[in-house]
Amino acid sequence: MRAFTYERATSVQEAANLVAAYPNAKFIAGGTNLLDLMKLEIERPARLIDVNGLELDRIEATPEGGLRIGALVRNTDLAAHDTVRRDYGLLSRALLAGASGQLRNRATTAGNLLQRTRCPYFYDTNQPCNKRNPGSGCAAIDGFSRQHAVVGVSDACIATHPSDMAIAMRALDATIETVKGDGTGRTIPITDFYRLPGETPHIETVLEHGEIITAVVLPPPVGGRQVYRKVRDRASYAFALVSIGAVVQSDGTGRIAVGGVAHKPWRSEEAEAELANGPGRAAAVLMADARPTEQNRFKVDLVERMVAAIFTEARG
Amino acid sequence: MDFTSTVSLKVNGQPYQLTLDNRTTLLDALREHLHLTGTKKGCDHGQCGACTVIADGRRINSCLSLALMHEGDEITTIEGLGQPENMHAMQSAFVRHDGFQCGYCTPGQICSSVAVLQEIATGIPSHVTEDLTGTIALTPEEVRERMSGNICRCGAYSNILDAIFEVAEGTP
Amino acid sequence: MQFDKPATTNPIDRLNVVGRPVPRVDGELKTTGNARYAYEWHDPQMDYAYGHPVGAAIAKGRVRSIDTEAAKKAPGVLAVVTTLDVGEREKGKYNTATVFGGDKIQHYHQAVAVVVARSFEEARAAGALVKVEYAPEDGAYDLEEAMDGAVKPDGSDKPDTAVGDFERAFADAPVTLDAVYRTPDQSHAMMEPHASIAAWKDDDLTIWTSSQMIDWWRSDLATTLGIDKERVHLMSPFIGGGFGGKLFLRADAVLAAFAAKAAGRPVKVALPRPLVANNTTHRPATVQRIRIGAERNGRITAIGHQSWSGDLPGGQPELAVNQTRLLYAGANRKTAMRLATLDLPEGNSMRAPGEAPGMMALEIAIDEMAEKLQMDPVEFRILNDTQVDPEKPERPFSHRNLIGCLRLGAERFGWQKRGAPATRREDGALIGVGVAAAFRNNLLMPSGARVRLDGDGMITVETDMTDIGTGSYTIIAQTVAEMMGVDIDRVTVRLGDSRFPVSSGSGGQFGGNSSTSGVYAACVKLRAAVAARLGFNTQDVVFDGGRVRSGDRAVPLSQAAGADGLIGEDTMTWGDLDKTHQQSTFGAHFVEVGVDIVTGETRIRRMLAVCAAGRILNPLTARSQVIGAMTMGAGAALSEELVVDTRRGFFVNHDLAGYEVPVHADIPHQDVIFMDETDPFSSPMKAKGVGELGLCGVAAAIANAIYNATGVRVRDYPITLDKLIGGLPEVA
Repeated sequence: MRAFTYERATSVQEAANLVAAYPNAKFIAGGTNLLDLMKLEIERPARLIDVNGLELDRIEATPEGGLRIGALVRNTDLAAHDTVRRDYGLLSRALLAGASGQLRNRATTAGNLLQRTRCPYFYDTNQPCNKRNPGSGCAAIDGFSRQHAVVGVSDACIATHPSDMAIAMRALDATIETVKGDGTGRTIPITDFYRLPGETPHIETVLEHGEIITAVVLPPPVGGRQVYRKVRDRASYAFALVSIGAVVQSDGTGRIAVGGVAHKPWRSEEAEAELANGPGRAAAVLMADARPTEQNRFKVDLVERMVAAIFTEARG
Repeated sequence: MDFTSTVSLKVNGQPYQLTLDNRTTLLDALREHLHLTGTKKGCDHGQCGACTVIADGRRINSCLSLALMHEGDEITTIEGLGQPENMHAMQSAFVRHDGFQCGYCTPGQICSSVAVLQEIATGIPSHVTEDLTGTIALTPEEVRERMSGNICRCGAYSNILDAIFEVAEGTP
Repeated sequence: MQFDKPATTNPIDRLNVVGRPVPRVDGELKTTGNARYAYEWHDPQMDYAYGHPVGAAIAKGRVRSIDTEAAKKAPGVLAVVTTLDVGEREKGKYNTATVFGGDKIQHYHQAVAVVVARSFEEARAAGALVKVEYAPEDGAYDLEEAMDGAVKPDGSDKPDTAVGDFERAFADAPVTLDAVYRTPDQSHAMMEPHASIAAWKDDDLTIWTSSQMIDWWRSDLATTLGIDKERVHLMSPFIGGGFGGKLFLRADAVLAAFAAKAAGRPVKVALPRPLVANNTTHRPATVQRIRIGAERNGRITAIGHQSWSGDLPGGQPELAVNQTRLLYAGANRKTAMRLATLDLPEGNSMRAPGEAPGMMALEIAIDEMAEKLQMDPVEFRILNDTQVDPEKPERPFSHRNLIGCLRLGAERFGWQKRGAPATRREDGALIGVGVAAAFRNNLLMPSGARVRLDGDGMITVETDMTDIGTGSYTIIAQTVAEMMGVDIDRVTVRLGDSRFPVSSGSGGQFGGNSSTSGVYAACVKLRAAVAARLGFNTQDVVFDGGRVRSGDRAVPLSQAAGADGLIGEDTMTWGDLDKTHQQSTFGAHFVEVGVDIVTGETRIRRMLAVCAAGRILNPLTARSQVIGAMTMGAGAALSEELVVDTRRGFFVNHDLAGYEVPVHADIPHQDVIFMDETDPFSSPMKAKGVGELGLCGVAAAIANAIYNATGVRVRDYPITLDKLIGGLPEVA
C-alpha cells in the first residue's frame, strides 16, 4: 500500500473539491473493497478523503412515492429498512446475498455500486490485465474464465461486475444522484451508469473524477413478486456465478436483471417484452449475443433455466 | 505531506490515543500497536473473518478498516469479551462444545457469534430469512448463514452451532 | 522403550482420565485470545522489525538481476535481502523446491526477496519497489499433457505392485468396470498463514514459527542457513492449522532468519495470504484409472488402480493407489504410480496424502461396480471385506472392523430407505444418499518426552510434540494424569520447543498415538524413579488419587518428589508389529444431499461417520477431528480446486475468495460414532490415528449421493453445478 494523506471531509462539496483537485485522490467510505485493492497496489491513491462523516446516511421517502437512499447507508441498514423489506424486497434480498454480515456492516450503498471486478488476474499484479494496466492484455480470455462474463464482452476484457445490490438497483430502475467538484450535480439513470468494457475496461462508470455519489433513488414500488436468486458453488460468502433479480407480475410480465454474466448488471427491455411469449423466449433474447468461453458456457444454460423456473413458478 | 495521524478510540473500555501511519488497519493497530493479538490476521483481505471485532456494537472485519476511520469508536475484541477468570458465556460454550481446534479463527467466530444473536434479536434479516416482513426465528439455518463470513478450516462448524444455541437458549 | 509385543493390561486401561471427553486444557487460552501464535508478542520487550516477502512473478526460469535501490531508499526500510544475495544454499532434506537462495525460479511466487522495515506498512510498500529481471523458461504445467511422459518414480514406496494375473482375471470377469477419475490440486488453506519471528544473539538463532514438526524444521533451517543445528532454538507452541502444509520448512522462517541477520534486530515475517497457495506446498492433482472385475455374485476377482500425478524434478508421486492394495479382497491385483515432471509449485503432503485422493476415486468406482452388479453398495463392500493383507494373506490386520462400521452406519442413517437414482424430489431439489468406506493406514513414529514431578505434586511434561488443533495438549495431559494417578489439573503440558525431547510431531494421523505413547514411556520411567525413591517394589506399586501405594504403604506423590523433584525421560520406539500385522483404521461415511433441480447446486443435508480407530483417547477432541475432516471432504467434493493456468504456470485462485473452502452454511449437523474397540498391536495406548480417517471417503460418499440424487455420474472433482446441469431434468 502506497503512503497517502488522510483528511475527513465535512461537507459533500468539500469532499468533491478535495478529490477533484488531485488526480490521485479518492473517496473512502466503507473501505471494504478499496483497502483490499490498496494493499495489493491495484489502487494507489496518494490522498484519501474520508466521507464517513457526511450526513448521507438517511433513507427517506421521495415526493414521488419512491425512496432516496443516502450514499453512506450501510448495506445492513438498507437491507433491514422496513420500507425496503416491504416494498423493495428484491433489494433486501440482493444485499443479503452478498458478502458477509461483517462486510455488510461497513459497506455503503455508493461503495457497493463502485465495487471492482473480482477477476483473479485483475487481482494479481504479476499478470496482464487491461483493466488494471491498460494495454497489457487480458489473461482471463484464454485462461481461467469460469467466473467470467458471457455477454457484453470485448477482446480486451471479460470481467464481471461483482455487486449483487446493483442487480436489484438495475431491476428497480434506480437513479444515482451525484455532486461534482464544480458544484453542479446530476442524476444518472442506472442504465447509463455502467459501461461495457470495450477497448477501455479500466473506465467502469460514467462518473467523473471528483464526482461523488450522494444518493440512490428508487422510483415508487413496482409491486409484483420480487425474487433474487444467486447461484454459487458454496452456499454463502461467495460471488455469484449467475444471479437473477426479477420482478414477476401476476400476468407473467416482469423485469429481469442478471448478475455474474457481464461487466454491468445485464438487463434488456427487449427481452422483457418477450416474456409475453414465454420465459424461454425472454431468456433467449437476453442472452442472444452471448460469447462464452468453453469454461463459462454453462452460464448461458443456467440463465435460461433460472428465468424459466422463476417465471413458471411465479405463474403456477 | 503528512502520512501519519492521531486517532482516539476506546478498546475494551480503555481509551487510547495512537499516532499511526495512515495505512494502519484497525487490525494492525490492535495487534502490533496495542499488542492485543487475540484478533487474528488470516487473510488481510476480508475473505476469512478471523479479524472480526465489534465496533460500536457491530461486528466488522478489522482488516478492511483503517484505524483512523474509527475516531471515537468503542471497539470490543475477544480479550474484552472475557478473560479466563471471567469468561463470556459464548467463550465457555465454545470450550464445552469443542467449537474450535487450532484456535486461530476462534476469536473471530466468538465475536461474530455474540453479534449474530444480537442481530437476530434486533430483527436484522438474512439471506435465508423466508419472510422479510415477519419476525425472525432463531433457526440453525439462520445462524449458519450469518456465521458464514467466519471460515474455520479445521471444520468445527457443527460444534460451533451447538455452542451458539446453548448460549441462545440459555441451557448449558 | 521399545514396543515390540502386543500390549497387555497397563495403567491406561483404568480409563479414569483417558478415554473421557475432557474439554481442551488450552481451551480457555484459545477462546479468550491468550494463546500466542507464531507472529505474536512472545517477548513484548523485543523490538521487532517487519519483513515482507516478495514472490517470483514467473513460473520457471532464472533471476537475471534484482534492483533494490528504490526499496532501500523507501521510508523506514532497514534492509533488503535477495535470493541472489544469499546465493545457492544446501536445500533442506524435506524440501523439493528451493525455499530461498540462488537464481533459479522453480515455481510461481517462490521467494526472491525480503524487505525489512520498521513497520509492517513500510515493509509492504517497499516490497512493491523491488524490481526483478527474469529470464523466463518454458515449463510443463498441464498434467493431462505431461501424463504421456510420466515415469516410474524412483525411491517411492513400491510404484508397481502385482499379485496373481490381473489382466487375465479382468478379461475373464463377467462384470467389469474401467473408468478414469480426476482429483484437482488442493490447498491446505489453514487459517494462520505461515509466519515466523527470528532473533539472533551472536550466532545463536531463536525462532518462533508455525511448524508441525519441530525437529524437521530445526534441522532443515540449520542446513539452509549453513549453521549448526544446536545453534537453532525453535518454538511453535500454538499452530493455526497445518493439514500437512506446515510439515516442512517454509520460506517465512528462512526469510525471517536472513532478514534478522541483515537488519541486526528481530524480524517477523508472515506470508501474505495471496502468496500462500503458490509459495508453499499443495496436494497434487491426480488422474486415476480403476479397473475392477467381479463374479456375478459380487466377489471381486481383479482389482487394478493406476495413478498419474506430477511434481517438480526430485519430487514424489501422490500415493493414490495405496488403499487399493489393502481395502478389498481379490486374488488378482495390480497397482501402478507414474510421475510426470511439472513446473508447478511443490506437491507434497496434505491431510491423508495418498488415501484422500485415492479414496475419492476408488469409492466412486466401488459404487459404480455395485450398481453394475445390482447390489447394495454396503453389501458389496461387506462381501469383499478381508481380514488379511490381500497381497500377503499370511499377514493379518491387527484389528479391522470395516463391516461393523458399515452395518451400524447403515442402520443409524436409515440406509435401507435409499431409492433408485433420480427418483426422490423435495422442494425443488433432487435428493440422494451415498456411502463410502473410510480407510487410512496407522503410522507409528518414534516419540520422546520428559516428565518431571515437583515437590508440590505438580507434574510437567515436555515434548517437542505440536498441537495443530488436534488436541495434543489435552490427550498428553490425560495420559500423564492416568499414568501418574493424579487429577488432570495437576499436569502442565509444554509442547513445541526444540529444547524438549524429539517427538513424532503432527502428521499422517500418527501424532496422537505416537506422542502419547512417548509420554507413556516417560511416565513408566518416572513411576520407576518414584518407586525407587520410596523403596517400593515396582511390581505392585499403584499410582492413584495423587498417592503411591505399595502393599499397605501409601505416600503422597509430592513427598516422593523430594526437594529436587524427579524426572522420567524416554522415547517410544517401535518393533515390527506393524510389519507382522497390517495396522489401519476404518470407517464408513453416509451422506444425504439435495441437488437443486434448476441450478444443479449441491447442498449437503446429513452426514454420518462411523469410525473404528482403536481406543479413542478423548471422544470430544476425536469427534472434532472427524467432523473437521468431514468438512474438508465436503470442500473436496463440491468446491475446492486450485485452478492451474496451464499457459502461465500457476494456481490462479490463490486466495480465500478464489479457493472456496466450506463455510458454515455448507455444513449440516454432523454425526460421528466411534466403535468401542482397542488395538493392542498399535501401542500401549491401544489407540490409532483418527484425524485423517475422517477425510478418507467423504468426498466419494458425496459424489455417490449426487449420483443417487440425479443419475449423473461425475468422475471429475470438484462436482460443481456446471458438470451436472446438462443431465438435470428440463425446466418446465
